Amino acid sequence: MSHLFPKLANRLPLQIIIFLVVAGGIVTAAVNYYATPKYTRVGYAPIQPVPFSHALHNGDLGIDCRFCHSTVEKAGHAAVPTSQTCMNCHSQVKNQSALLAPIRASYESGDSVEWVRVHQAPDYVYFDHAVHVNRGVSCVECHGQVNEMEVVTHSKPLSMGFCLDCHRDPAPSLRDPKLVTQLDWEHPEGKAGQRADGEKFIHDWNINPPQSCTGCHR
Amino acid sequence: MRYVYLVLFFVAVLAVGALGFRGSISTRPPLEVFPDMDRQSKYLPQAASSFFADGRTDRPIPAGTVARGNLRSDAHLNFGRGPEGEFAPGFPDGLTIDRQFFDRGRERYEIYCAPCHGKLANGRGIVTQYGWGGPANMHQDLIRDQSNGELFNTITNGKNTMFPLSDKIGAEDRWAVIAYVRALQRSQNGRMQDVPASHQGELN
Repeated sequence: MSHLFPKLANRLPLQIIIFLVVAGGIVTAAVNYYATPKYTRVGYAPIQPVPFSHALHNGDLGIDCRFCHSTVEKAGHAAVPTSQTCMNCHSQVKNQSALLAPIRASYESGDSVEWVRVHQAPDYVYFDHAVHVNRGVSCVECHGQVNEMEVVTHSKPLSMGFCLDCHRDPAPSLRDPKLVTQLDWEHPEGKAGQRADGEKFIHDWNINPPQSCTGCHR
Repeated sequence: MRYVYLVLFFVAVLAVGALGFRGSISTRPPLEVFPDMDRQSKYLPQAASSFFADGRTDRPIPAGTVARGNLRSDAHLNFGRGPEGEFAPGFPDGLTIDRQFFDRGRERYEIYCAPCHGKLANGRGIVTQYGWGGPANMHQDLIRDQSNGELFNTITNGKNTMFPLSDKIGAEDRWAVIAYVRALQRSQNGRMQDVPASHQGELN
């Protein structure tokens, strides 16, 4: 009866506890790393019906973001352009290209081109483009260097923590509203100059980004 | 006990192998943990709808109706026309033509017009390097002599190969663009008499 459990069973409870701590640590680290938009959203680059290159149109040709996303200064929603917008130029430029066939078909039929949405806040978030753009938050702050993207890729997490970082300390992300679509712009005096200007804009325009729930959720 | 840790290690390696690293490019839609909260059954701008025949949540304006705030009762401001339907020569009365107005016009011009007509309005915008020979040079007499109302009509409704731009540039902004184009035309057709007498010597 005295040998029902071997001797090493004495160490077993401690070993089980150590194992659970190690395994729990690994699971916690994995959740931290994977269960966040930094992993789930960043890098999303869907295949679009037309391989539109922002690097060409905006980066090389210098067409302003607002030529196509023309509602961004007036509305909460930054509109995906109509096929008529494409046809402004492509009725002449490359007007026989097979790649542009879906655009021509849409323009003639009036049906939508089925672009795949890349950046999409959850439906319980009420984000307003106009208020951000008109107060000097550049497109690049949330969308990254779209002017260098051949294929639009989700480059920032757009998580609630990402929003709050800026809402708690907007100074590093504010610039003259005239420069919001200049995605390569950096403050000529570096970080200190950016902060000084940012603080000035916050004061002059009375910028007070909401940090309460109802600022963004209803 | 060693085996238990070995198994744990392999599980971790397998998980990293299957899930990859942050920021890797993927064409698959992001995982959403509570999809019924993330994507609620409500209509958002430019979204898809399974209810309407054309598949869109955005509805066209029904014929014979005017959206609130869009009643265009001022013929001069909204159509560039005078009382008889002719092209109006000047700017609408309600607008203040000041520095701010020109600056706004310049900004709008450089967004919406410069890709074709060029920043100087000489018809040499970036599209001309891609096989489009046609954008008008606004410094030719034909266009310099046009009334403001006619220019307004061109921006609003397009002309020849130019598409209408009224969907992108509001009526007041179109007038601001015209003011800026007039300034560009003036700048490209300066004469010696335009320079103040005290400065003329500096140019010779």
